[in-house]
Amino acid sequence: MAVVEVKGLKKHFGNVKAVNGVDLSIQKGELLVILGPSGCGKTTLMRMIAGLERPTAGDILIGDQVVTHLPPRARKIAMVFQSYALYPHMSIFDNIAFPLKARREPKDAIRQKVEWASSILGIQHLLDRKPRQLSGGERQRVALARALVKEPDVMLLDEPLSNLDAKLRASARDELQRFQRQLGITTIFVTHDQIEAMGLGDRIAVMYAGQVRQIGTPQEIYHEPADTFVATFLGSPPMNLFERNDCLVGFRPENFLPPGVLQPEDKVTAFPFHVGRVEYLGSDRLIYGTIEGAAEQNKTISKLPSTITVDIEPDKVYEFVVQAKDLKFFDKNTGKRIEPQPLD
Amino acid sequence: MQKSAAEETAVYRATTHSKTQFLFDNERFLGTIFLAPAVIYIIALVGIPFIMAITFSVTDVTVGDTSLDFVGLQNFRRIIQTPQFQRALKDTFLFTIVAQIFVAILANILAVILAQEFRGKWIARMLIMLPWATPISLGTIGWLWIFDSKFSPIDWILQYFGLLGTPDAIFGASKHLNFLGREELAMASVILVHIWRMLPLAAVILLAGLTSIDSDLIDQAQVDGASFWRIHFQIRLPLIFPIMSIALLFGLIFTFSDMVVAFVLTRGGPVYYTQVLPLWAWFKGIDGGSLSEGAAIALFLFPLLLVVAILMLRVARRSEVR
Repeated sequence: MAVVEVKGLKKHFGNVKAVNGVDLSIQKGELLVILGPSGCGKTTLMRMIAGLERPTAGDILIGDQVVTHLPPRARKIAMVFQSYALYPHMSIFDNIAFPLKARREPKDAIRQKVEWASSILGIQHLLDRKPRQLSGGERQRVALARALVKEPDVMLLDEPLSNLDAKLRASARDELQRFQRQLGITTIFVTHDQIEAMGLGDRIAVMYAGQVRQIGTPQEIYHEPADTFVATFLGSPPMNLFERNDCLVGFRPENFLPPGVLQPEDKVTAFPFHVGRVEYLGSDRLIYGTIEGAAEQNKTISKLPSTITVDIEPDKVYEFVVQAKDLKFFDKNTGKRIEPQPLD
Repeated sequence: MQKSAAEETAVYRATTHSKTQFLFDNERFLGTIFLAPAVIYIIALVGIPFIMAITFSVTDVTVGDTSLDFVGLQNFRRIIQTPQFQRALKDTFLFTIVAQIFVAILANILAVILAQEFRGKWIARMLIMLPWATPISLGTIGWLWIFDSKFSPIDWILQYFGLLGTPDAIFGASKHLNFLGREELAMASVILVHIWRMLPLAAVILLAGLTSIDSDLIDQAQVDGASFWRIHFQIRLPLIFPIMSIALLFGLIFTFSDMVVAFVLTRGGPVYYTQVLPLWAWFKGIDGGSLSEGAAIALFLFPLLLVVAILMLRVARRSEVR
C-alpha cells in the first residue's frame, strides 16, 4: 500500500522550475532516499509533501487522502530539519511534547508518549535541559523524538545528518536505520550525500534539475544507471564515459582492470590504457590516464584494490580490460541508457 | 672607518622619535579622546542638572530669590499634600501604563501584518513610521485640531452616521463631543496621542525581532501541528520577548517623562485632570518661578525611571549572553 503518492508535482518560482513534474510512490514502512546535488529541487519536493510549499501543479496523497491544499497541521506527517529547529526557549521535554500539546492531548498521555520516545532514543536524562546545553548528536535525537512522538504516517528527514561530524554521522546513520526498521515508520530522507543514500535507502530516487532521473534500489541505481547523470553522480570516482561508434560507453573505475586479474573464461573487452599518474590511497590505487584512440581528451580512471599488486608505471601503455557485463551504453544526445552495442 | 662620537650622537638623534609622533597609536590616549565628547556631554547635560535638581529640591530657591537656603524636605512635604500633585502622579502612571498596554497589543498586530508579503508594503511601512518621524509638538498640534471643540472631524463623522447630535444618538444630543473639555475624554485623548506616537517605534522593533526568527522554527511548528495563534504565542512571542521588553521599556520612559502631549492638547486641563508630573514640574518651577518645588516634583520621576533603566540594562545584557 502506498502511504505517500506524488503525481505530476510541479513548483515554479517565477522562471525557475524547482520541481518540474515528479511522480513518486512510497510504500508503507519503506525508507525512500531522495538524492541529488544542491539546487536539484529535493528540498522543495519535501517541503511540498510537508505542506510548507504550495505546488504549482500536481497532487499529493498521504494515506489515500488528497492533501495538496491542506495546511501542514492537517497532514499526518513529522519532519526533521537540517538545523533540527529545536525551540530554544523550551526545555527538551516541552520540545518533544509540543506536537502533542498542539493536538490537545491529555497531560498523562503526553508524559507517557514523551517518555516512550525519549527512551527509544536514549535521551531521558536530557528532558530538563535547554537545547543550547546539548551537543549536536543529542539535538538530532531530540528532533527525531519530537518527530516520533506524533506517530506520523510518514516522517520527512531533510539532511538530518549533515550537521554532525564525520565520525558521529556513521553511527547516527546506523542508529537511524535500526530504529526506522524497528518501528516500521515510512520515511522520506533527503540528502546530497551518496554514501548516506546508498547506506540507508530501501530505494533511492535520484533527482536532477527538478526531475526524478531514476528510482530504484541502491544496487539498481549503482549498477544499472538509467542515464549519464545518474551514472556519473553516483560512485567515487564516477563512472568513466567516452564516445565510441556514435554512442557513449561507460564503465566503473573498479571494473577497469589490468589483464590477468579476471578469470580467463570471462568475456572481456580490452582497451589500450595510457597511464598518466598513479595515486596510492592505502586501500586502493587510483590510476589516471586516457584510453588510446577513441577518446583522447577524456580522462579515464581505474580503481584497483590493494589486493591487486600488478606493477603499473606512469607514461606506459597497458592493455586494461572490462567485462562485457560491466559495459553500459548511453545515447549520445539524450544521455539515456540504451541496449549494448557491438564494440570493434 | 671609525665614526666620531659627535656623528654617532647625530645618528642616534635622528632615529629617536619625538614623544608626540606615535601619540595616535597609543590606545590609552585614543580611548580618552574618543570617550571625551560622550563624557563631557553626560556631565554637562545630565550630571550637573541632576545635582542642581537635588540641590534645589531641598532649598527655597525661586526665580526671584536665587540664594540657596536649606529647608530640608519641606518642599516634598508641601507638594505631596496638594491635590494637583496627587492627580498628576496618578495620571502619569495611568497614561503611561494604559498607553503601553495598547502599544504592546497594537504593535504586535502591526508587526505581524508588516512581516507578511503584500503589494505596497514599503509605502505602508513608511506611513506607519511617520508619527515617529514627525516632531512631537507638530504631531500633537495636528491632534489638537482633530479634537477641536467646534471643528473636530471626528464629530462630523459621528454626526454623518447619526451617532451624534440627534436626540436619541449614542453619543448624545449635543452637536459636539468637546474632547478636551471633559475629564474622561480629555484623558483618553492624551492617551490616544501617546499610543499614536509610540506605536511606530514599537512596531518596527518587533518587526525586526520577528524577521530575525529562524524560519525553520516556524516551519517546524507548522509541521508539528500548531495553529497560527499557538505559533504566535508559544514560539514567536517568547523568542522576541527580550527585544519586546526593550521596546516597552523605551515606551515607558518616553511616555512617562513626556510633557509635550499634555501641554499642547490640554495644558493639564480641564481643571488639572490631565496633569502629569513633568508638566506640573514645568508649571511650578519654570512657569511659576518656584525652582525648588519644580525640582522636587521632577525628582519624583527619578525612582521609577531608575528602575526602568536598570531593567532595560538587565534585559539587554541577558539577550547579549544568549
